[in-house]
Amino acid sequence: MKLTKLAAAAVAASIAATPVLADLVFPSLDYRTGPYAANGIPFADGYADYFTLVNARDGGIGGVAAKVIACETGYNTEKGVECYESTKGEGALVYQPLSTGITYQLIPKATADGIPVHSMGYGRTSAANGKVFSNIFNYPANYWNGASHAVNHAIADSGGDISGKTIALVYHNSAYGKEPIRTLEELSKKHGFKLSLLAVDHPGQEQKSQWLQIRREKPDYVFMWGWGVMNQVAIQEAANIRYPMDKFVGIWWSGSENDVLPAGDGANGYKALAMHNVGSDFPVFDDIKKYVVDAGKAAGAGDQVGTVLYNRGMYAAMLAVEAAKTAQEIHGTADITPAMMRDGMEALVIDEAKMTALGMPNFGPTFSVSCENHGGPGLGAISQWDASAKKWSLISGFEPSDNEIINALIAEDSAAFAAENNIAEGCK
Amino acid sequence: MSADFYYAIEVILNGLMAGVMYSLVALGFVLIFKASGIFNYAQGVMALFAALTLVGFQNGEIPFSHLINAIFGTDVHHFGWHMPAFFAILCALAVMILFAFLVEKYILKHLVNQEPIILFMATIGLAYFMEGFGDLMWGADIKKLDVGIPQGGNIWLEENTAFLGGDDFYGFYIDNLDIWATIFAAILVISLVIFSQYTKTGRALRAVADDHQAALSVGISLRSIWVIVWAIAGFVALVAGIMWGSKSGVQFSLSLIALKALPVLMLGGFTSIPGAIIGGLIIGVGEKLFEFLIGAPFLGGATENWFAYMLALLFLVFRPQGLFGEKIIERV
Repeated sequence: MKLTKLAAAAVAASIAATPVLADLVFPSLDYRTGPYAANGIPFADGYADYFTLVNARDGGIGGVAAKVIACETGYNTEKGVECYESTKGEGALVYQPLSTGITYQLIPKATADGIPVHSMGYGRTSAANGKVFSNIFNYPANYWNGASHAVNHAIADSGGDISGKTIALVYHNSAYGKEPIRTLEELSKKHGFKLSLLAVDHPGQEQKSQWLQIRREKPDYVFMWGWGVMNQVAIQEAANIRYPMDKFVGIWWSGSENDVLPAGDGANGYKALAMHNVGSDFPVFDDIKKYVVDAGKAAGAGDQVGTVLYNRGMYAAMLAVEAAKTAQEIHGTADITPAMMRDGMEALVIDEAKMTALGMPNFGPTFSVSCENHGGPGLGAISQWDASAKKWSLISGFEPSDNEIINALIAEDSAAFAAENNIAEGCK
Repeated sequence: MSADFYYAIEVILNGLMAGVMYSLVALGFVLIFKASGIFNYAQGVMALFAALTLVGFQNGEIPFSHLINAIFGTDVHHFGWHMPAFFAILCALAVMILFAFLVEKYILKHLVNQEPIILFMATIGLAYFMEGFGDLMWGADIKKLDVGIPQGGNIWLEENTAFLGGDDFYGFYIDNLDIWATIFAAILVISLVIFSQYTKTGRALRAVADDHQAALSVGISLRSIWVIVWAIAGFVALVAGIMWGSKSGVQFSLSLIALKALPVLMLGGFTSIPGAIIGGLIIGVGEKLFEFLIGAPFLGGATENWFAYMLALLFLVFRPQGLFGEKIIERV
């Protein structure tokens, strides 16, 4: 009798634990707590709200509801890996780790599990080589594209010639912060500018030494690869030493409202790279207001809509949804698996017609993904902060990077990874 | 003299100023450790919580508004007023005093006579509780803190010293905020010294610090002393929060400023207020000068944290009690 009850309970438990097959599962490794919560919250809100919109407005993806499973990482690599392990069994289609450290840990795990990872504008740059990193995608742009965009902007700003000038890179002293150095060194040889490197220790609350050095050396441009409090302190210190803010360019992770608002008027004119558009002047936001915020279904308080990082989360979700649709078309089924999702990501095409139809005209660059290129063409734009209006604006279109140099670096780095891990390069 | 010589002087001056900022955080640790033998892990979070509360009062934010809105479906965020900085500081101070009462009533009272490690663990719990509580109360967004303290390089100093080192020298750069931090730190230390030397409560506080049992035997209330010392540490945390929050905005990373105080404590000693100041100045100057002369030119930079802890470690090896700490000899 006891055994019968036990068996019944086990069956009931297993039924309860079985994932609902009809749902398309998109885990969200977010961080709403800890020192980086101010940045994690808007991204997580944007990511979740877009899936809510797709469910409410479109009836899901190909008629199947999307389900977002949130898992708090606190921007901590160990917790991120735990999140991956605890959610992958739910039928996870794609992971957006939202951390370079977590991405590095997930590269071998997700590849072995056959689950794709999308590290959008972060992570391991050479993962753009899909022949080596079969399950890792980093479109629409990576850090090396970003370094090239910044240099291209400096060249244009200098009237087409930057030889003899100095660019200082203020970077977070971590794997993330060091990512652009190799590219900038190559570009420095090509264009004849001097590169000055200034490392900032984590978390970056004290940067007096670095900015005194900048004041002494007076570089023509300062680039920044920062995150969290490092960004706010750097922008404040730049304003303090009266460095011309229009010569100060941050990577896209140093270019949100959070980074510039604490410095007040001092941040006026500061520039940041952008992999997508800014502001809320797009039809998709009307839909988000109607179907998500006003309906009381917003992931957060609804007060982040239209901010840079909310837009980034929403953009990442849009790319995931479009890849899922592509996968459904390729395989002729709505209930796609992670392997099918990978195929969809590898065949993803984002054109202007598609973005306009989604209510996001010119929201991001147009690009396509292939087996050979998981990073897209690496287009990026420049945004600038207007302190009086308290808003970012794009001051350029989505321009190409120096792919001649970047592709060579990607080939070299990915070949080294392939050799270390006994991976035979090739397309699936 | 060459421009490099004057730039080295500039680095030393800025190191002194940075040291004062570290000392502001270290002071809070010293006060509590001196009076109760507790290493207060929550001191950094107290600075964060105090600064959050100050900005909340200033901006007229409704505490727990996200929670209220989530439960009741309302959309309330602000009271609609902007409180002058002085009154907001007073209100934040009142909250920190209330906090001291609550810590004593609900945590310390129950841990009397426990091992120091238990009390230390309790402050770890307190730190995480306060971080979450602060988040719930005021939200996780980064807030601009402006209490009227000027920021940016002191132009007068720059212009009047630019002639010293030729064309390559642009005058001494010192941040106005750092100058004000130094003034506040000086006032704070003098006030604390006067309080502990010349007031009845201060003498009681010193008595407790010297010998708990003896102090209890002459009728000093340990619980009252703990409330007072935690309230003073809360005030010091508020000052540190204002200074550091003005630099970076008030955000949850502010709690990490405690990391800058640890080498100061190791060097200056855990029980000495002057030690916290002198230790801060030595760490500030040492790390900045090392970065200027060796770190940046030869080691790739970012050596400041490493140097601060290395220097503190050296002091620990040769003088475990720190520069001004009390040497403890236990005879068996």
